[in-house]
Amino acid sequence: MTLQSCYVILSEAKDLLISERSLTSFGMTGLFFILKPRTRGYSSGGLPMKILVTVKRVMDYKANIRLKADGSGVDTAHVKMIMNPFDEIAVEEALRIKEKNMAQEVVVMSIGTEACQETLRSALAMGADRAIWVKTNDNIQPLVAAQLIHAIVEQEKSQLVLLGKQAIDTDDNQTGQMLAGLLNWPQGTFASKLEFHDNKVSVTREIDGGLETLLLQLPAVVTTDLRLNEPRYTSLPNIIQAKKKPLQVIDASILSVDLQSRQTLLQVAIPKKERKHIRINSVDELLHQLREAQVI
Amino acid sequence: MKTLVIVEHNQQNVKPATLHALSAAKALNAPIDVIIIGEHCQNVVTSLQQFAGIQQVLVADNTVYAHQLAENTAALIATVAKEYDYILAASTTFGKNLLPRVAALLKIGMLSDVMTVVTPDTFTRPMYAGNVIATVKTLDKIKLLSIRTTAFPAATEKSATPASTVTLTTVIPNTQAVFEKEELTHSARPELTDARVVIAGGRGLKSAENFKLLESIADALGAAIGASRAAVDAGFAPNDYQVGQTGKVVAPDLYIAVGISGAIQHVAGMKDSKIVVAINNDPEAPIFQVADYEFVGDLFKILAELKNSFKKQ
Repeated sequence: MTLQSCYVILSEAKDLLISERSLTSFGMTGLFFILKPRTRGYSSGGLPMKILVTVKRVMDYKANIRLKADGSGVDTAHVKMIMNPFDEIAVEEALRIKEKNMAQEVVVMSIGTEACQETLRSALAMGADRAIWVKTNDNIQPLVAAQLIHAIVEQEKSQLVLLGKQAIDTDDNQTGQMLAGLLNWPQGTFASKLEFHDNKVSVTREIDGGLETLLLQLPAVVTTDLRLNEPRYTSLPNIIQAKKKPLQVIDASILSVDLQSRQTLLQVAIPKKERKHIRINSVDELLHQLREAQVI
Repeated sequence: MKTLVIVEHNQQNVKPATLHALSAAKALNAPIDVIIIGEHCQNVVTSLQQFAGIQQVLVADNTVYAHQLAENTAALIATVAKEYDYILAASTTFGKNLLPRVAALLKIGMLSDVMTVVTPDTFTRPMYAGNVIATVKTLDKIKLLSIRTTAFPAATEKSATPASTVTLTTVIPNTQAVFEKEELTHSARPELTDARVVIAGGRGLKSAENFKLLESIADALGAAIGASRAAVDAGFAPNDYQVGQTGKVVAPDLYIAVGISGAIQHVAGMKDSKIVVAINNDPEAPIFQVADYEFVGDLFKILAELKNSFKKQ
C-alpha cells in the first residue's frame, strides 16, 4: 500500500464518523438506526419497486480546465474525475427509498469507456445493489444516452428512474426529460423532495418562481436538484464490499440504438472578460465610482 | 424556413424570458410564429400579438393545459413541430423541463443555453459552468434551441397591425401528472434574471435575519436580490434566489456580491455582469478575481454605511 492510498483510506474512515453523525440530522432518528442499520443487502419485505439510477463520470469541478491543443475539446487526460454531483444525490435518494422499505433493488448504470466502472463502484460502495456498464467509446449525446437508458429500463423493468438534473461537464440538462418522453412516463424534474404513496410519487420541484409540487403516477422519471439530500460518505468496508457486487457489462452496440451523433462540436474556447480590479476603501468611494460608471 | 417560439406565461402576463427568446428567433431570419399553451390566457395572446416580427400566434386554451405540465404540453407541441425549422424556448426551468421532452418525441437532439447564432445550423453554448464556450453544428432538420436569456436583449419593438391567431383544437389530457400546489416567492422587486442591478448575498451574511440587510439597499437601488448556493443551502434565502451554474444566470449592469466567496459554480451565473462589486472580509476570496471594485472589509459595517448613505439622499 502506498503512503498516498493509506492516507485516502484514513480520510475515508474519518468521513464515516462524520457521515453517521450527519445522517441523523437528515431526520432519521436514533431509533431508526437501531431498528434498521444501514444494511447493504436486499430488503426482504416492502414494495417490489425497482429503481434505476444513472451515473456519469465527469471532470472534478475543482479541476483546472485545459483545452486540447487543436481546440477540438476539453482535455480530460490526467484530470481528477468524479461522479457527477447531481447523480450522487440521485444514488443517495434511491438508497433512502430502499432503506424505508419502499424499493426492492437499486441498480446503477453508466454509459462510457472502461473508466466509468470506477464511478459505478463508487455508487455500489454508497450502497447500490448492482451495476450495469453500457460500454462504448463513442461520444454520447443526451438523446442517445436517453435511448440507451430506455433500453436498460425495459430490460430491468424499473419503476422509477432517478437521474441527476444535469451533468456538470456538458451542462445540457436534457437526458431525464428525454427519457421520460421516450418512455411516455411522467417526469418530475429538479426535485427537492419526494414522497411516495399509493403507487404515486409527489415531487416538489425547484422552479424559477419558487417551488411546485406535482403528483406523478408511477412508473416515473425524476431528476434531482441540489437540495434533495446530502449524499453519504462511503466507508472503507463498503468500498471493499462494493468490489464483490455484480457489475454487468453490456456493449452499447447490441442495444439497437443509433449511436451516431447528430451534433458536431466544431470548436471550444475559454472566454475571458477583463475586470478593472480597483481597490475600494470606503462606502463613499464605492458610490462615487458607481455613479461615475453610471450604474446607480 | 419557419421558427416557433414557445411562450412562457402565468395565464396573465408573458414572462420577460420569452421576449429574449423572441430576439434570438429574429436572429435566425425566418418568419416567426409563437405558441401559447394554457387556460384562460387571452391576455397573453393579446399582448404578444402586438410584438413586431410575429406572423401567427398559435393558441391552445384548455383546462387540460392549465398548469402547462410537460407531459401533454410536449405532446401538443410535437403535433405542430414538423412545420418548423426551429423551435425555441427560453432556458428557464419551464423551458428546460419542456423542450427536451419535445425533442425525444421527435427523436431529435437539442442545444441548451444557446448564446449566439453563428450560421443557420451552428450555435455557441456554454459548458463546464460557463468556463468553456462550445461552437456546435447540428445536423437535425428541426433545430430545438433553448435560449440563454442574458445573451439576447428583450424584444421591445411593437407592430401597428396585430399578428393573426390560430386556435389549436387538439386536446391532450394529462393522465400521468397532476399539479398539487406551488409556493411562489412574492416580491415587488424586479425579476432576478431581468434586473438592471442585482445585490446577492452569501454565507458571509451568517443568518437569514442578516440576509434581510440586503433588502433596504436593494430597494434603494431598484435591485433584485440573489444568493449563492451556500446561502440557499443554509436557509438564508429561498431556492429561487440562487445564482449559478445550476440556478439562475444573470448579467445585470451592476452585480454586488456581499459575503460571497466566489465558487466557480456561483461565478458561472454572474460572470457576464457588466460591473461587479465584491464585498468580502477575506482578501483571498476568489470572487475578487471577477470583480471590478474590490471592497475588503467587515460587510456588516459596509452594509450599514450603505444603508445610511441611501437614507440621506
